[in-house]
Parts: sequence; C-alpha cells; structure tokens
Amino acid sequence: MAEPLLDVRALSKRFAGSGDGVFAVKEASFTLQRGETMGLVGESGCGKSTLARLLLNLIIPDQGSVVIDGTVFTGAPRRAQRKLRRRVQIVFQDALSSLNPRMTVGVNIAEPMRLQGLGTATERRAAVRALLDLVGLRAGDSERYPHEFSGGQCQRIAIARALILRPDIVVFDEAVSALDVSIRAQILRLMLDLQQRFGLAYLFISHDLGVVRRVSDRIAVMYLGRIVELGPAEELCRAPLHPYTAALLRAIPIADPRRMRVNDLGLTEGEAARPDKRMPGCAFQPRCAQRLPRCAHEPPALATLSTGRSVACFLHSSADHSTGLTRSDVP
Amino acid sequence: MSSADDVVLEVRDLRTRFGAAHGGIVAVDGLTLQLRRGCTTALVGESGSGKSATALSIMRLIDPPGAIIGGSVRYDGRDLLSLDEIAMRHVRGARIGMIFQDPLTSLNPALSIGGQIAETILAHETVQRGVALQRAVALLERVGIDHAASRAADYPHHFSGGMRQRVLIATAIACNPEIIIADEPTTALDVTVQAKVLRLLHDLQQEMQASLLLITHDLGVVATMADDVAVMYAGRIVEYADVDSIFHRPRHPYTQALLGCMAGIEDDRQAPLEPIAGAPPDLRALPPGCRFAPRCTQALGSCQQQEPALQRLSATHHAACLRLDAMVDG
Ligand SMILES: Nc1ncnc2c1ncn2[C@@H]1O[C@H](COP(=O)(O)OP(=O)(O)OP(=O)(O)O)[C@@H](O)[C@H]1O
Ligand SMILES: Nc1ncnc2c1ncn2[C@@H]1O[C@H](COP(=O)(O)OP(=O)(O)OP(=O)(O)O)[C@@H](O)[C@H]1O
Ligand code: SF4
Ligand SMILES: [Mg+2]
Ligand SMILES: [Mg+2]
Repeated sequence: MAEPLLDVRALSKRFAGSGDGVFAVKEASFTLQRGETMGLVGESGCGKSTLARLLLNLIIPDQGSVVIDGTVFTGAPRRAQRKLRRRVQIVFQDALSSLNPRMTVGVNIAEPMRLQGLGTATERRAAVRALLDLVGLRAGDSERYPHEFSGGQCQRIAIARALILRPDIVVFDEAVSALDVSIRAQILRLMLDLQQRFGLAYLFISHDLGVVRRVSDRIAVMYLGRIVELGPAEELCRAPLHPYTAALLRAIPIADPRRMRVNDLGLTEGEAARPDKRMPGCAFQPRCAQRLPRCAHEPPALATLSTGRSVACFLHSSADHSTGLTRSDVP
Repeated sequence: MSSADDVVLEVRDLRTRFGAAHGGIVAVDGLTLQLRRGCTTALVGESGSGKSATALSIMRLIDPPGAIIGGSVRYDGRDLLSLDEIAMRHVRGARIGMIFQDPLTSLNPALSIGGQIAETILAHETVQRGVALQRAVALLERVGIDHAASRAADYPHHFSGGMRQRVLIATAIACNPEIIIADEPTTALDVTVQAKVLRLLHDLQQEMQASLLLITHDLGVVATMADDVAVMYAGRIVEYADVDSIFHRPRHPYTQALLGCMAGIEDDRQAPLEPIAGAPPDLRALPPGCRFAPRCTQALGSCQQQEPALQRLSATHHAACLRLDAMVDG
C-alpha cells in the first residue's frame, strides 16, 4: 500500500494544570490517504481540537510525531516546517471570528499567501477571484468586510482562505456545527465537490456522529483523549464495536417519529469525566454497562482485529494490551 | 388543534418588535399557536426565525424599546398581554416555568443551587425558607441529581453542563407549572447527555400533565419529542401540524426542503445532499409576498404578490402556501 499522505504517530499532549494536568490527547495514531476523509468524533473536551492543533504543528506534542508525505513535520527545521505548513490547512467552527474584521474578504483570503511570501499582489488578487467563484461567492465580495456576511457565507470565505495555498489536507474543526441545517447542507456539498475536484484529504471533526457518518470514509471515535475505535464509516455506524461508539449512536434522535420516540433514546450512565485524572483502567469503564472486572485496572490498547477494524476494549478479545500493540491503523 | 377544553394556552396573531417603532424589526409577525394539556408542541425553525422572541413574548419579557405590538395570549380565561405586571409576575415562573436558551446567564453564580430554587419558590408562595429549601432538595432529586441534599449547597460552577440544565429544569418546575417553555434546552449538551435531559423533560411533563413548548432547530429532537409541530420561517408559522404529518406528509415547500436537507445529511453517502439555495431573508428588507419565495422551488409569479395565510388542511394540519392545491400530498 502507498505511503499515507498523513501519518499521525502516537501523539500525546498534556496541558499543565492542577494535579496531574490535563491529558488532552493520549497516544493518538491514524493515517490519511490522498482524497480520503477521516471523521473524528467525540464529546466536548475529549481532545479533538487539541489533536487538530498538533497536526498543524500549532502546539508541540509531548510525544509522537506527524509525518506528511514521508517528511516529519513535528520538530522539523524552520524552512521545512514552513513548506509543510502549506500542505495542511484548517477551517474552524466560528468562521467570523477566525477572519480579521478590519481586512476585506479579499485580503483575508489572500493572507496565507502573503505570509508565505508567495505571488505578486496581482497574482494574489487573481487567486482570490478564482476561489470566490469556486466557493460560490461573487468576485465583488472581495471588497466587502466579513461582518457583512452570514454564517454560511463566512464559512465559504474561510474555506477559500484554507484553499489558497493549494493544500493536500484540510482539517474542518466543527466547521458546520453552528450552521442551520439548510446552510449546513450547502457547505457539506461544497466540501465534497472541492474534494472531488482537487483530490483533497479531509480530517472532519465534529461531535455530531450523524454528520460525520455522511462525509467520512473512515471514522475515529475519541473518548477522554484516546481513540477508542477506528474503522470504515458505514461498518462502524452499523455495527459499533466499542460500547462508547454504541452509546453515541443510540443517543442520536432520528428525524422520523415512526422510527424513534423519546423513550427509544438509549441512555448511558453518567457524563464524561474531565481528563485531568489519571485513570488506571479503561476511561469509559465508569459509564460502561458491559464492563468486566479487569476494565477498572488495565487500560485496553487500540488494537486491530482480523476484520481490519480497530478498537480499544476488552470485550473484543484481541484488543489485549499484552499483544503490545500501541498503535494501529486500518489500511 | 384539538377540542377546546384541551387547550391550556392560546396565542393569537402575536406580533413582536425589537428596536424602536421606526427602524426596528418585527421578529414575530402574526403567530397563532395552541398548547394542549399534557402535550408537547415543538417550535422549530432556523436561527433568527423568531423562536425565542415568541417564548419571551408569551412570558412578556421583551425589553423596551422592543414591544409586543399585537395579538393575545389567552391563559386561564385571561389575556396575559393585558394583565398588570404584578399579576403577570405570578404567572411567570409559577404557572409557566421557563428554561432559557442561555443556561450560563440563567443561573446566579453567587448563589448555591438549592438557594436559587428556594428563591423561586419563595417568590411565588408563602412558605418558610426551611420548607422551600427542603422542597429544593426534593426537586434536585427528582431531576436526577445524586446526593441532592449535599449538592444543594454547591454553586453552579461545580456542575457540568448537563447537571446545570437539570438544575434549570428543577427551577422551572419548582411551583408545579401548567406550562413549561424550554428554549433549546439541549443544544449545548453532548448527545449522550441530551438523551437523558430529553427523557427527563418528557417524564416530568407526563407526570405533571403539563404542556411543554419545546423550542429547537434540531429536527431529530422534534421527531422524538413533539406531539404538535409549528415550523417557523422569518417570523411566521408556515406549517403547523401533528408530528406524523410534518414528517410524513409535509405540505409546505419549506418544511419539505428542510426534511430533504436532513435526509441528505443523515442517510447514507449515496443520498444526495440537497441544500436549500440562498439564506433566510433580512427582516429589515423582507421580499414582497411569500417570505420563502426567493428560495422556493415551487414559487410562481403570484407568490411575489400575495402573502399566504395559514390555511386549514385538516383538523390537525395547517400550512401557509399559495400553491397547496397544486402540490401533491406528501
Ligand atoms: N491550552 C490549554 N490549556 C489547558 N487545557 C487545555 C488547553 N486546551 C485544551 N485544554 C483541555 O484539554 C481537553 C481537550 O480539549 P479540546 O479543546 O481538544 O477538546 P474538544 O474535543 O475539541 O472539545 P469541544 O468539542 O468542546 O471543542 C479539555 O479538557 C480542555 O479543557
Ligand atoms: N434583543 C433584541 N434586539 C434586537 N433584535 C433582536 C433581539 N433579539 C432578537 N432579535 C432579532 O430578532 C429576530 C428573531 O430572533 P430570535 O432570537 O427570536 O430567533 P431564534 O429563532 O430564537 O434564533 P436562534 O435559533 O438563533 O436562537 C432575529 O433577527 C434577531 O436578530
Ligand atoms: S407561497 Fe409560493 S413561494 Fe411561498 S412557499 Fe408556497 S409556493 Fe413557495
Ligand atoms: Mg474543539
Ligand atoms: Mg433562540
């Protein structure tokens, strides 16, 4: 199999804080192929944005590395980092606040090019015009200011800015979460169109498994800093392996009163703990209805099963930490 | 939407303006709605469609220069809009309990949660403080807070988002209201926590036989919770029906388009993503005629001339569209 475009190797990040600090990301590993979408799903505070920032080299991991197309991004020399940075771009949830309010839309979109010292002013303007057209805005919009645009339009502007350096990988961190359903569908369609045209690879982060399922080829499920399940999107949603993935799926209200009413919603004990306590066993154990005695003492490692799917749970026998697997990927 | 004696609260032709009489916007423009005993009505619509404005108007909490400029809210044989402020204060919080959209601003950070619930009780009933505090603990238990007696002394920042929402629910039901208004009660919550809060709201409502007005933009929440559904667009109700009709026989092009977007997002990758073109109108510059016309795939020339009124299709189904006859059912 071809070398992955992106190879995330056992990334860990702890933030200083009271006590042991916050273990925001623990030994997260996955790969991304060209043109592929990986969904990253999990509840608030589980470490999704921290993982995104590690990928973009915006923060330095305590352990692990990010490899882009065979070149190590993490800790690379300044020049190499600068070049690699062009290849991964990000779109945030709150597009308006990620744009500079005092600069016109055109200047905002061209900013990454200017920072990288690429192109002449004329070339940058031409690039902006082409991108505005690509994301469904008018060329004249480049002279207006971000606050004159709606949430969905700001998200289009943010996508244009993310694309101006012709990246290979775009990270969407809750990029459609704040949008109404009618606008959300517009932005998702735009994302998918752009992916097809340019062969982009996406990391699509959301707390909403319904949306993640729609756009992802594979899905990684995070719980308290760890990836607890990783596999092909449809299989993972149809037959989840990890009890947490199953809990997420059961809790999603289906938009059809004939299929689901409130009493059919699956309830899971408790709420996610804060990741500031070192837990000896499985992080989901306090909420897990299927927990085994050993779950309280031993941490299950993410291991690949014979089906090619990965899960970190003792209910799936090969997910045994004694196998020594610390990272795994589904090819 | 059902026999008159079932109706606990009836909103008629409600109109609410934000800002001054000149230069303001009419956020709710002729809204009619009935809440039935023991039933849940979902008010659904996109951001800015006027859902919160409707709830705040029912509670008469529109701050000047904004004002309620028309209509009536009939409850218990009276029009709430013509009550004096003292009488209204008794209704607000006691007969109608409200869970506001922004949970952070609705809890006082400097007061223990037991204390806040007791305050609500003391504001409406003449009981001793100790009794009110005891009832607060019982309420916390009822909404599923473990170790309620000791946790009552804790402050809001000690609670997770889901727990805070439970506290707000406890406050809203403290005086056994006949009506509960919950404005996006689960929007900020994780999905596993949302499921539990929805179940709690439903169980309490059944137990108390209260009417629940549930405001949300999430069609999944609507489908699982509602008996009746009112779909809002740009300050008006465009379709109003029982939940099954809304999801299986929607008649308004906006409702149909909204469900189309959802299907594209929720179903498998093969289902087409069908966005609604454009965006909701600016309330300062409404299009002529039907407010949905600029985005509507069914629009004819007449749609730009005449504003459609809510029309009765059956005892439980109403829609506001000029092309209802032309369009097939479902
Ligand atoms: N700079 C920081 N300093 C200290 N703690 C942090 C910092 N950034 C994040 N954290 C903590 O790390 C954990 C993971 O946060 P992160 O923002 O990655 O979660 P998330 O999954 O993106 O959540 P959400 O869905 O709410 O965006 C949280 O407990 C958070 O409070
Ligand atoms: N206090 C206010 N002053 C001026 N305009 C307001 C005020 N509150 C709301 N509006 C405007 O009134 C309209 C309706 O707002 P409302 O808050 O009722 O929408 P909503 O349907 O609750 O939206 P959301 O889903 O975002 O909560 C919007 O255009 C909004 O900008
Ligand atoms: S009245 Fe006309 S424009 Fe409005 S929803 Fe009906 S068909 Fe569409
Ligand atoms: Mg985040
Ligand atoms: Mg609102």
